Amino acid sequence: MNVLNEWAFIGMFAVLAPIFPALPIVIAWLFRPRKPNVLKSSTYECGVETIGDTWVQFRVQYYIYGLIFLVFDVEMVFLFPWAAAYNEMSLFGFVAGFLFIFLLTDALFYAWQKNALEWK
Amino acid sequence: MDEICTGLCRLMVDSGADAGLAQFVSLLVGVLLVSGVPLLTVILLIWIERKVAARIQDRIGPNRVGPIGLMQTFADLLKLLGKEDITPTAADRLLYNVAPLVSFASVVLIWAVVPFTPFHYGVDLEIGALFFVAVASFGTLAIMVAGWASNNKYALLGAFRVVSLLVSYEVPLVFALLVPVLLAGSMSMLDIVNAQSGMWFVVLSPLAFIIFYISSQAETGRAPFDLIEAESELVAGFNIEYSGMKFGMFFAAEFLHVFTNGILMALLFFGGWMGPLYYESPLIAFAWLGAKGGIIYLTTLWLRNTVPRLRIDQIMAFNWKCLVPLSIANIVLVSLALKVLQELDMAPRQLIGASFADMLPATILLLLINGALTLYLLGILRRRGKDARREAQAAPVQFARATAATAD
Repeated sequence: MNVLNEWAFIGMFAVLAPIFPALPIVIAWLFRPRKPNVLKSSTYECGVETIGDTWVQFRVQYYIYGLIFLVFDVEMVFLFPWAAAYNEMSLFGFVAGFLFIFLLTDALFYAWQKNALEWK
Repeated sequence: MDEICTGLCRLMVDSGADAGLAQFVSLLVGVLLVSGVPLLTVILLIWIERKVAARIQDRIGPNRVGPIGLMQTFADLLKLLGKEDITPTAADRLLYNVAPLVSFASVVLIWAVVPFTPFHYGVDLEIGALFFVAVASFGTLAIMVAGWASNNKYALLGAFRVVSLLVSYEVPLVFALLVPVLLAGSMSMLDIVNAQSGMWFVVLSPLAFIIFYISSQAETGRAPFDLIEAESELVAGFNIEYSGMKFGMFFAAEFLHVFTNGILMALLFFGGWMGPLYYESPLIAFAWLGAKGGIIYLTTLWLRNTVPRLRIDQIMAFNWKCLVPLSIANIVLVSLALKVLQELDMAPRQLIGASFADMLPATILLLLINGALTLYLLGILRRRGKDARREAQAAPVQFARATAATAD
């Protein structure tokens, strides 16, 4: 199978994958009863009437974790080719990879020292 | 899959069909064959999950519908078909409906790169491992979308907590995944399995396996990391507003994800289909993979039903201050050791097709390094624990004294 065919397979898979769960939902849509009323389709918060807007600005802690994650996730994408080509690598590539990991670790310890990892 | 697809394609062209159409149909058949495996297993998985959980909790579990309750899932499916599907008026309708589809699709898509036997697989992508990471993170997106679109405060709170947990545990997961890639020198799943012909990667780097195991348990939202559905605090978490078949799809996705992770761990660390007589028949190879994946899957169920839930600050601290540094240290040490071994000519440059004897020196050195790192980590944790206990004794709280009194 050539490269184009491989990705055609993945493409076909990606198109079909959401259809598999959609099928039972559509079948259920054909059969299920429909008797909505105001109370039934109101927001369910343990029977207490909902107060205020839900879509508000949220605490910053989640955002900080997201930022640290982003640093690691993006840089890890670069580490994968490095690992895959590890056996045929020159000394330069070998050292560069370690420098890269060192910088990553440095970033982690910086965040640690700044108390960004504490759940407040 | 390759031969089936091309064979079918040729057959259709021979019988006078359009070449483009023939290719399309053969691809479709290939995709349906590969995706059939997860779609069929998920029906069985729901039953296994309920039965195992029941046994651990000293119950009998489903036993009414069919022999030993095997038909229970079909009964549930029929029941779900007749359930009213409530969409809250405040919800964002489009995103609310899309979220369960994305959640399930992200798990099924992983199976595109899972090889079942040496000859039967969907595709053998050159970047298979990276594909797995990319696709699996769609599940996180689905949870965020579900929580946000529900327009419910419990759902949003649950979604925020879960997403911060999932993205955090993705870091050690991907670092642990880097170790098999490094050892095999390839990102293709087939190459990673074939590189374990001499020695399973779980022996070469047990730490990487343990990190992968813990973080995949977190990725699927299972205890002790089950903040995803903290029933007692958040009612149900991100899926509180969902009902009927959409709710069912979230659960089917979760059950399938756990099993998928079991199979992936078997492929990445336990040699996949490698076992006595696997080359005799694809069926034996497939049985080996299923057995290994199934055993790992059962241990995750065992863990889920045994340990209590952790607090979110504990979960986050454990990840960022223990697992992430550990996984970085592990990758550095493993790569250094591999380089040293290869320079000294004590390990084959290409692990694919290496024999047990070739791998012996490498195994011993890597095992020693892993052991040393584990001991070092345990030493740090022990010192930390002692410090914490000393602090607690210096300022005893009322609660501690009360329990001590009852103990007397």
